Amino acid sequence: MNPVLFAVLNTELEKPRIDWPIIAPVVALFVTALVIVLLRAILRTQPKLVYQLSIAAAFVGLVTSGAFVGNEWRIIHRSGIFQTFSGAIAVDGMTVFVQAIVLIATALGVLLALGYLRREGLETPEYLVLLLLSATGMLVMAHANDLVLVFVALEVFSIALYILAAFDRRRAESQEAGLKYFVLGAFSSAIFLYGIALTYGATGSTSLTEIATQLGVVDPKAHTGLLVAGFALLIVGLGFKVSAAPFHMWTPDVYEGSPTPVTAFMASATKVAAFAAFLRIFAGAFAQASDDWRPAIYVLAVLSLLVGTIAAAIQSDVKRMLAYSSIAHAGYILIGLQVANAGSKRNELPGTAASLFYLLVYALMALGAFGVVQSINHRGETNHAITDYKQLSKRQPLLAALLTLFLLAQAGVPFTGGFIAKLSIFRSAVDAGQYQLAIAGMLAAVIGAFVYLRLVVTMYATGQDDDPDAANEPRIKLDVGSRIALTITASAIIVLGVLPNWFLDIAHQATQLLTR
Amino acid sequence: MNLAISATTIGAQHYFILGAILFTIGATGLLLRRNAIVMFMCVELMLNAVNLTFVTFAKALNDSAGQAAVFFTLIVAAAEVAVGLAIIVAIFRRRQGATADDIDLMKG
Repeated sequence: MNPVLFAVLNTELEKPRIDWPIIAPVVALFVTALVIVLLRAILRTQPKLVYQLSIAAAFVGLVTSGAFVGNEWRIIHRSGIFQTFSGAIAVDGMTVFVQAIVLIATALGVLLALGYLRREGLETPEYLVLLLLSATGMLVMAHANDLVLVFVALEVFSIALYILAAFDRRRAESQEAGLKYFVLGAFSSAIFLYGIALTYGATGSTSLTEIATQLGVVDPKAHTGLLVAGFALLIVGLGFKVSAAPFHMWTPDVYEGSPTPVTAFMASATKVAAFAAFLRIFAGAFAQASDDWRPAIYVLAVLSLLVGTIAAAIQSDVKRMLAYSSIAHAGYILIGLQVANAGSKRNELPGTAASLFYLLVYALMALGAFGVVQSINHRGETNHAITDYKQLSKRQPLLAALLTLFLLAQAGVPFTGGFIAKLSIFRSAVDAGQYQLAIAGMLAAVIGAFVYLRLVVTMYATGQDDDPDAANEPRIKLDVGSRIALTITASAIIVLGVLPNWFLDIAHQATQLLTR
Repeated sequence: MNLAISATTIGAQHYFILGAILFTIGATGLLLRRNAIVMFMCVELMLNAVNLTFVTFAKALNDSAGQAAVFFTLIVAAAEVAVGLAIIVAIFRRRQGATADDIDLMKG
């Protein structure tokens, strides 16, 4: 044998240590998805049984994953934050917080989907598999401390979502949503990847920790065009995923066309995962170069608020209206990102904490609002026009009341979580001296209130052309899953509005335990 | 001025510029062309331009991380092909043709 080759073969390769407790939440969801696929293949002849089993498996997987996330929180409290897998995975407060929101959103997404799938005749285990795989990618995203890993995680959850958007094969709108989401999603991923390549060329590493060290050494004035171009492309790529204006074009179409439970999941969990990456990359690793990226985030935030609120006001379709309002919500969170690490005395990051809290509240509001919209509708998703919501308070008093709650929360009315979330965002902006941003946010909140109140008024107003038999319309009987999901989201939003301190405290703790 | 380029003068910056040009062609094509399959090919062109850039930087920086990143990109691109073509085929079955302009049920 060739002596050189022999020598190479005999050297001990340095193997990375597999830190099982840390990736356990990811593995739990992934294995569950694989088990469902296997069940489907083995029990070919009993599709009903497989579907029932896969629902049970999905919940077991989600609960197991949640338990492992809790364990991670315990590990951090015991031994502090750390990095593992050669620095590719960060374990800190934000990781746990984001994972918790994603798991809650996924569980609620499954609950909402069950009744919908029955109504539309789409009861297949594949839906659950794709939802779990998408959530897997999001959990990896919460951990990712390396730009390449961020990209892989982004693609894992996006690719599953492309299929979910096009899941209802009989409905042309759903297919169209899938294709639009796919083409623009792939486009934004390619831009994001080019941003990674340029940042790698400028700093010599894809590891966020090493990039941060590198940026700390270099004089900010000496930043090359390569680095700034890399930042710009990363912002564009992530801006697409969080649907921030001017990269929001796909959002209304995809939110409208996708099956409503998919829209609910897409609006809540995707935004959480993409913002987690945004916070970790920009507020974390690029903190030393914040003069380069802050102005861009400023523009994105103001544009998102403007486009989101004004376009929402002129929509005639409820799902589109909620899509535009989700763009506006991205604007509020971007304000938090803009001031994420400003005025960080005593290791406090009020902007980051406010963003995380807003993401938690937003995920619940979006799931709740889309959940009601889905329940009001009939087979085939035909009644999404605002005019279909006339006299809803008479026809379906309970659903109308629930939708009102979710809309008021999105508007930021006191005693709902939305109020506290907006308040903490504005406070962090004022504390950081960004008065214009805070004022822009408040103005957008005022216009936004009009948008939501318009729908509320439509539901409750009485007029001359009212149908006198409206009150006699049979009440929609909610299925168990939707009932549980809507109860949880509604009560959580009220709890977050009345007793927010514990949750705000958790968000602050999460940011104090942050890899920087 | 001597326009003939000898092999030795081609350096990292040439590959980098080639990557940038390919990426721009891909991005422009995606925005201008209306055929779903061609748009799809443009995405692939963009991803491969990024691969070229990664390898160029890896060579220039004498660092293997950039070359490793290419493998991740390749796998992701393969997965995207599978899903993307499936969606296009599903749409193609309903209507004859895969032109983006015909896919306009939702507006506003």
